[in-house]
Amino acid sequence: MYEENENILDQVTSSEYKYGFVSHFETDDAPKGLSEDTVRFISARKNEPAWMLEYRLKAYRHWLTMQEPTWPNVSYPAINYQDIIYYSAPKQKIKANSLDEIDPELRRTFEKLGISLQEQKRLSGVAVDAVIDSISVTTTFKDELGKQGIIFCSMSEAIQEHPELVRKHLGSVVPPTDNFFSALNAAVFSDGSFCYIPEGVRCPMELSTYFRINAANTGQFERTLIVAEPGSYVSYLEGCTAPMRDENQLHAAVVELIALERAEIKYSTVQNWYPGDKEGRGGIYNFVTKRGICAGDYAKISWTQVETGSSITWKYPSVILKGDYSNGEFYSVAVTNNFQQADTGTKMIHLGKNTRSRIVSKGISAGRSNNSYRGLVQVARHASKARNFSQCDSLLLGDKCGAHTFPYIEVKNNTAIVEHEATTSKIGEDQIFYCNQRGIDTETAVALIINGFAKEVMNQLPMEFAVEAQKLLAISLEGSVG
Amino acid sequence: MLKIKNLHAGIEGKKILNGINLEIKAGEVHAIMGPNGSGKSTLASVLAGRENFEVTGGSVELFDKDLLATSPEDRARAGMFLAFQYPVEIPGVSTTNFIKTAVNECRKYRGQEPLDAVAFLKMMKEKMKLVHIDQSLLSRSLNEGFSGGEKKRNEIFQMAMLEPKLAILDETDSGLDIDALRIVANGVNSYRNGENAFLVVTHYQRLLDYIVPDFVHVLYNGRIVKSGTKDLALELEEKGYDFIKNEVELTLNV
Ligand SMILES: Nc1ncnc2c1ncn2[C@@H]1O[C@H](COP(=O)(O)OP(=O)(O)O)[C@@H](O)[C@H]1O
Ligand SMILES: [Mg+2]
Repeated sequence: MYEENENILDQVTSSEYKYGFVSHFETDDAPKGLSEDTVRFISARKNEPAWMLEYRLKAYRHWLTMQEPTWPNVSYPAINYQDIIYYSAPKQKIKANSLDEIDPELRRTFEKLGISLQEQKRLSGVAVDAVIDSISVTTTFKDELGKQGIIFCSMSEAIQEHPELVRKHLGSVVPPTDNFFSALNAAVFSDGSFCYIPEGVRCPMELSTYFRINAANTGQFERTLIVAEPGSYVSYLEGCTAPMRDENQLHAAVVELIALERAEIKYSTVQNWYPGDKEGRGGIYNFVTKRGICAGDYAKISWTQVETGSSITWKYPSVILKGDYSNGEFYSVAVTNNFQQADTGTKMIHLGKNTRSRIVSKGISAGRSNNSYRGLVQVARHASKARNFSQCDSLLLGDKCGAHTFPYIEVKNNTAIVEHEATTSKIGEDQIFYCNQRGIDTETAVALIINGFAKEVMNQLPMEFAVEAQKLLAISLEGSVG
Repeated sequence: MLKIKNLHAGIEGKKILNGINLEIKAGEVHAIMGPNGSGKSTLASVLAGRENFEVTGGSVELFDKDLLATSPEDRARAGMFLAFQYPVEIPGVSTTNFIKTAVNECRKYRGQEPLDAVAFLKMMKEKMKLVHIDQSLLSRSLNEGFSGGEKKRNEIFQMAMLEPKLAILDETDSGLDIDALRIVANGVNSYRNGENAFLVVTHYQRLLDYIVPDFVHVLYNGRIVKSGTKDLALELEEKGYDFIKNEVELTLNV
């Protein structure tokens, strides 16, 4: 703990946004703007089969009929969708067979991100896929996973190599018509990760994807699909960073999880997209649709998210509890500072009998930021004996920030038990002083207190990432107290 | 060790301390007594560096350094410890983790290596015996849901772990039953070693039966109006604070 704290301290005192560098490698870009031609350009660049192009075009045409949602508790100037580059790929050979083949500049990028692929490979036994701008750059550990029949590759590769699987599941949980951003994503998504765990297989390592937006004026639209066959288990982690730029950048991802009978998917996110500067200039618009379905009985899906980045976050990782006795969990820490806005939460849709869900949301607001929890617990007419427990806690640093809770509950079966608890607290001057009096300086004290506040969620993260996430919390709140 | 000269302090324009003079040498135990609201906790807070109190005059030196110019955390690291009258709760932060952070921050300041998990645990085990504190209490969130007595014991435990040179105990005896009082007092006594000093704030002379002071001072209206030996505490116990008040008024009227 000491080293950790010392690290936190070092980084807190030195840090602005640490990942704000821009890497210089040649890219292959689509022309600015969005049209059927853009969609065709992307599909052609990726050599896609006709069904995939059709899927995209249909989504695009539907998108044209849709309106951007206005109900979230966030505000931002109108996005000009014609001013975005929808495809940008590092020009290097896309698939590197070994790590040595990767462009050195690209490798330096990874090293700055703190993911030395070599190190990852050697030490932690975490399989990594990295998506820079639009393209998946490398997937480590593929062979080893392959021996157990596990598929872990980029989405583009999956479309080529496993079209039957992709075709069957893509859009089955989040259809293109679901919402404005999911339609946009379906039309222009460029890459992402695909993961398939065969029946009865317990994935022996954490699977992990690092997403990074590098190029200017580029949107990132990645697509992740995870299928867990009956009785299988997988733990998956995504991490995100982006350079500091004065203009806003759009990130509209879609993640779909499918857990069949007695399968379990644990999905963790450490989201640290560039949040904008202290005056609120720049930063990522993070408009993401994440949804999982417990399609079989006794299936389990667990979302854990640590959200520290983005200028605006709009995201509700959800679980459809279709199988009887299935189980959904949502653990979230959302930090907002300066002018950040977050409207995040979850939906738990109970369709099966004896389904359970648990929601633990911890919002931390500082500066002039706004942090909203929005959650829906829905129990369908036939979902007897469904249970939900929700805990929403807000912690305020200072008095210019806001915390809001919007819990929606719709219960159509009277055997359901739905519980909701909420608290709001402040870091007290007396708590800080108590720490100071024990020799702990204010920044470290704040880190200690917020990590305590968020502990229940942090405990859900895979070990390898818990420490990193703790540091992130501290860094994001740098200078916000005292 | 500690030299307080003509210290004036207050809060929000209200004067609370009106010229405190006090010198504490290594190895000494000083007791401060006085009626409610006389400024005892304020003195403790000002010495520890609580920001919302404003020092309006005088000086304080700790080990010949200007204490008032030092940050609260550096005062603590230099060896000043305050056992709070009302210890705060910090949810989610285990007591053990909190103390480990504190101990290692203080060690860092002194140029020492951080204690590793094994060494820290060993130290904890030793000190736990001193104040009869239980492991299970230390794994819980700091002071959260602790009884009054457990909070006070935890303060003394932290003192033992941090090994300060000057410990200020602010009404550590209040709210303790006689057994707990004895445990806390024994904890303090076993930590006395002739080099460290104590400033013990209390209402009751009974604590001073266990922690025998070298000096007793009576604080009244933000001033030390009378100093003496242990006998002064007994006299106070017998006659109540009124006798002090009367004496003070007499001198004022002269
Ligand atoms: N935070 C505060 N704000 C305003 N007045 C205070 C504050 N703290 C203490 N005081 C006042 O200062 C005086 C001394 O208080 P205190 O030092 O707590 O006395 P004691 O510890 O001797 O009982 C009291 O009149 C009290 O009301
Ligand atoms: Mg007091």
